[in-house]
Amino acid sequence: MRFVDEFREPELLRGQLEEIRRIGFRASFMEVCGTHTMAISRAGLRPLLAGRVELVSGPGCPVCVTSEADIGRAIALAGLEGVTLATFGDMMRVPGPQGTLSEAASRGAAVKVVYSPLEALRLAREDPGRRVVFLGVGFETTAPAVAASLLTARRDGVGNFFVLSLHKLVPPALRALLEMEDFAIDGFLLPGHVSAVLGARAYSFLADEYGVPGVVAGFEAADILRALCMLMEMKRGGKASVAVEYTRAVREEGNPRARAVMEEVFEPADAEWRGLGIIPASGLQLREEFRPHDAGAWEVESPAPAGDRGCRCGDVLCGRIRPPDCPLFARACTPESPVGPCMVSTEGTCASYYLYDFREGEGHVG
Amino acid sequence: MCLAVPAEVVELMEDGLALVEIGGVRKQISLMLVDDAEIGDFVLVHAGFAIEKVDAEEARRTLEILEEYAHLDETGPGLYA
Ligand code: SF4
Repeated sequence: MRFVDEFREPELLRGQLEEIRRIGFRASFMEVCGTHTMAISRAGLRPLLAGRVELVSGPGCPVCVTSEADIGRAIALAGLEGVTLATFGDMMRVPGPQGTLSEAASRGAAVKVVYSPLEALRLAREDPGRRVVFLGVGFETTAPAVAASLLTARRDGVGNFFVLSLHKLVPPALRALLEMEDFAIDGFLLPGHVSAVLGARAYSFLADEYGVPGVVAGFEAADILRALCMLMEMKRGGKASVAVEYTRAVREEGNPRARAVMEEVFEPADAEWRGLGIIPASGLQLREEFRPHDAGAWEVESPAPAGDRGCRCGDVLCGRIRPPDCPLFARACTPESPVGPCMVSTEGTCASYYLYDFREGEGHVG
Repeated sequence: MCLAVPAEVVELMEDGLALVEIGGVRKQISLMLVDDAEIGDFVLVHAGFAIEKVDAEEARRTLEILEEYAHLDETGPGLYA
């Protein structure tokens, strides 16, 4: 376990922890973002906050919330003759109905790992005889980048570049959580980089309609503790609002240019989230005029979702259980042989807990 | 979700592209999603695109902590690369 004096600014952090204790009531806040989950686990904040603040992880890893059916569809596309599927690396080992993309690749499917959709576009330019499909997963941080790549493809007449859009939108998911009967959270730690694009204003409904506060936070331990202090102050004062702690990267209005590019290419559509089911207008599909680049419109036969493997990712993503409450955690399911996506992605909640909060022989320390 | 890394713009290139430096490594990215980024500006880079401009000093601070994430992902580059 990491203690507070290992931090680079121990005094600051100690002060913040004292402040949280001084405010003096118990609260539970949801960190929506996988990068926050990772940062919290990495800094060992959960045990330090025990007895005061419970941090519950939410559906903030785009790989993790991708439905099994959508992964099956991606794998089916990768198996088509003359198709290369380009994807971010963390999708490779997520189990679909019949195995993973990585297994499909070892059976001969053309799958390429890329850092950027621009690399996928380059693959398409270099090999006009193949159809290159970019597997578009991600939230509002990523969708503008994919949209910009598609606009470039269209401008340059790269007709063999396609996108399978599995993108998801954060605000509708927060709404869906708040509408769940058993959801009881005192406030949200809101995602920093999604908000760099969206702006803090996009979350005002949290306070206005649900009376729940939210703070957009950065990714250092000090950012997170400061945001928690802000949430506790709001809660104590009985006044919910949405504020920005991560002011070095997030503006109230976000990045209008990135949003305009995203909106030019995509329009909201219903989407299926692992754990949350189908949420209206929570995904992005290509607009009609981009249909020639839409791999989502291709007819492919994708297998039905496999039977229950015992994975509780759905419950983990809604904050109903913590990873160690899953019977498979650290037994049948580890980062080396993951059963569910939450253990695959570096930013998955189960992987974060496994890497930092869990010690062999000691059990869970949080 | 969606880790973005602060980087310094070191060279402007054709077609809205730029060279940025991230922790001593130079990388080509697109500036298509930000307004008027200049040499010396810091930008947040995600999936090969600058998604927002950031304050230089703060960016340096954030960079340090991100270095530790880099070697954690053994599955290869992710959304967060
Ligand atoms: S520990 Fe593994 S099986 Fe259990 S919920 Fe997490 S990813 Fe799924």
